[in-house]
Amino acid sequence: MTTKFPISTNTIAKTMHTASCTIKSESLAVGHGHHTIIDDLHLQLMSGDLLTLIGTNGSGKSTLLKTLAGLLPALAGSVSVLGSAPGSLPKRVAYLPQHPVSSHTLPLRARDVVAMGRYAHLGLFRRETATDRAAVGDAITRTGTSNFADRPLRELSGGQQQRTHLAQVLSRQAEVLLLDEPTAGLDLSGKYAIAEIIAAERARGVTVVLATHDLQDADSATAVMLLAQRVVAFGPPSVALSDDNVRACFGFTQPH
Amino acid sequence: MLAGNPFVDPFTSNEFMRHALVASVLVALVCAVAGTYVVLRGLSFVGDALAHGVVPGIATALLFGVSGVVGAVVSAAVMMTGVSVITRKSRLSSDTAIGLFFVGMLALGVIITSRSRTFVGDITRILFGELLGVTTSDLGWLLVALVIVAIIATIAHRPFVLMSIDDGLARTSGFSVPFFHSLMLVLVAITVIASFQSVGTLLVLGMLIAPAAAGALVARRVSTMMLIAALYGTAASYLGLLASYHYDIAAGGSIVFVAVMLFGVTAIISAVVAHRHDDEVPHQHEHHR
Repeated sequence: MTTKFPISTNTIAKTMHTASCTIKSESLAVGHGHHTIIDDLHLQLMSGDLLTLIGTNGSGKSTLLKTLAGLLPALAGSVSVLGSAPGSLPKRVAYLPQHPVSSHTLPLRARDVVAMGRYAHLGLFRRETATDRAAVGDAITRTGTSNFADRPLRELSGGQQQRTHLAQVLSRQAEVLLLDEPTAGLDLSGKYAIAEIIAAERARGVTVVLATHDLQDADSATAVMLLAQRVVAFGPPSVALSDDNVRACFGFTQPH
Repeated sequence: MLAGNPFVDPFTSNEFMRHALVASVLVALVCAVAGTYVVLRGLSFVGDALAHGVVPGIATALLFGVSGVVGAVVSAAVMMTGVSVITRKSRLSSDTAIGLFFVGMLALGVIITSRSRTFVGDITRILFGELLGVTTSDLGWLLVALVIVAIIATIAHRPFVLMSIDDGLARTSGFSVPFFHSLMLVLVAITVIASFQSVGTLLVLGMLIAPAAAGALVARRVSTMMLIAALYGTAASYLGLLASYHYDIAAGGSIVFVAVMLFGVTAIISAVVAHRHDDEVPHQHEHHR
């Protein structure tokens, strides 16, 4: 099955940024080892675009995100992120894994975990500058982590840890954000906060690829991809989220 | 009659005790740095494997009258290659494969030593160290090891911390995980090689893990954890040697025993504190009246 959908770029016309292609794939196949999950994927995302990946666990969302992050090799076809191979531009691409591991023994305050998002810029030796500190402070404020920024990660609730990890991703100030279920474990206010953050990032020209279970996260997307170990539907939300497609993806129709 | 100070005199009046103290404090510092990353990354088991895996090398070296350090370096290289191949290729859990590998190496060490006429003395020396026989040149080598370990930690601190959360995080931050994982194994190997002469291969793991683990329980930052590990290790060195002197017990064993006891006490206290912390909210009402 060929999945082709050149995403329109009208959303970016509102921004100051010139629209440019950020993620491009041709005949891309992703999966683990010899097991292909998604085949023959043609993607073209522009700056400011939001691609929402929707599907159940094991549907291929995380696999696609990991491939875009450079953590899994493409099984076939070609894929480029900001014109380069996935994983080769760590300063400009930030990835939030699905369940960031938080071992209890880690002696790290939430603030330190957020600051680790700057390591891609700092490399091994460069000292933190005012720019780095400002980026960290800004990410902490925007994600609502200020109240517990000085507490150790191990003492935080799941939702607080999730906000901390999101703040880490934001502190990199990347041009491409790959977010694997950032709203998992968050209450309603957390979900709204993240929707606002994604909108703000897009407004400054960031391309966002978002994996989620939640159909509501797809409403403002440039494109939606419904996954069920294959691409069920791919297109603008109004088309992709038809009842038939949603049923094919989840096995039932979600209240929408 | 004027009694000497039992806490200071053993060291001021005996050169071998002074050497032992300096050596064990240097080991404590090396172990504090390496142990911090080992505990954060959950590499204790690999550290154990490396510590035991160097035994055949040391035994062979001693049999041929070569410096034990040479043998330790060679067998540490074999162990590290083995461990990294196993971690990548093994279809068993890597714990099982690494465990068998290091027990095999240890057995080989015992076989080699058993060919020597001074079998019991040799194997004891390798496993438990010879802290009271440390020479000035041994101290020089420990200092070199400390400098190398400090340099590696300075270079690799950021990727090491990222890898303690998640390898993928290090990778997507632009750091090569295979390279820095190998560098961490080298760090552990250097620590083991530097420390075996004083505390022995069997006990080096205690110095590597116990002070750092205590630090992890208490500290809120990695740098604090390392500092606490250094303080605990130093305290264990001093108290262990003191006990060894006054009660005529094995020096390496006493030091590691004190280190593990200090960890145990810290773990109990921190568990009690955490428990109280959890109970704080419901108790507040009662205290209010």
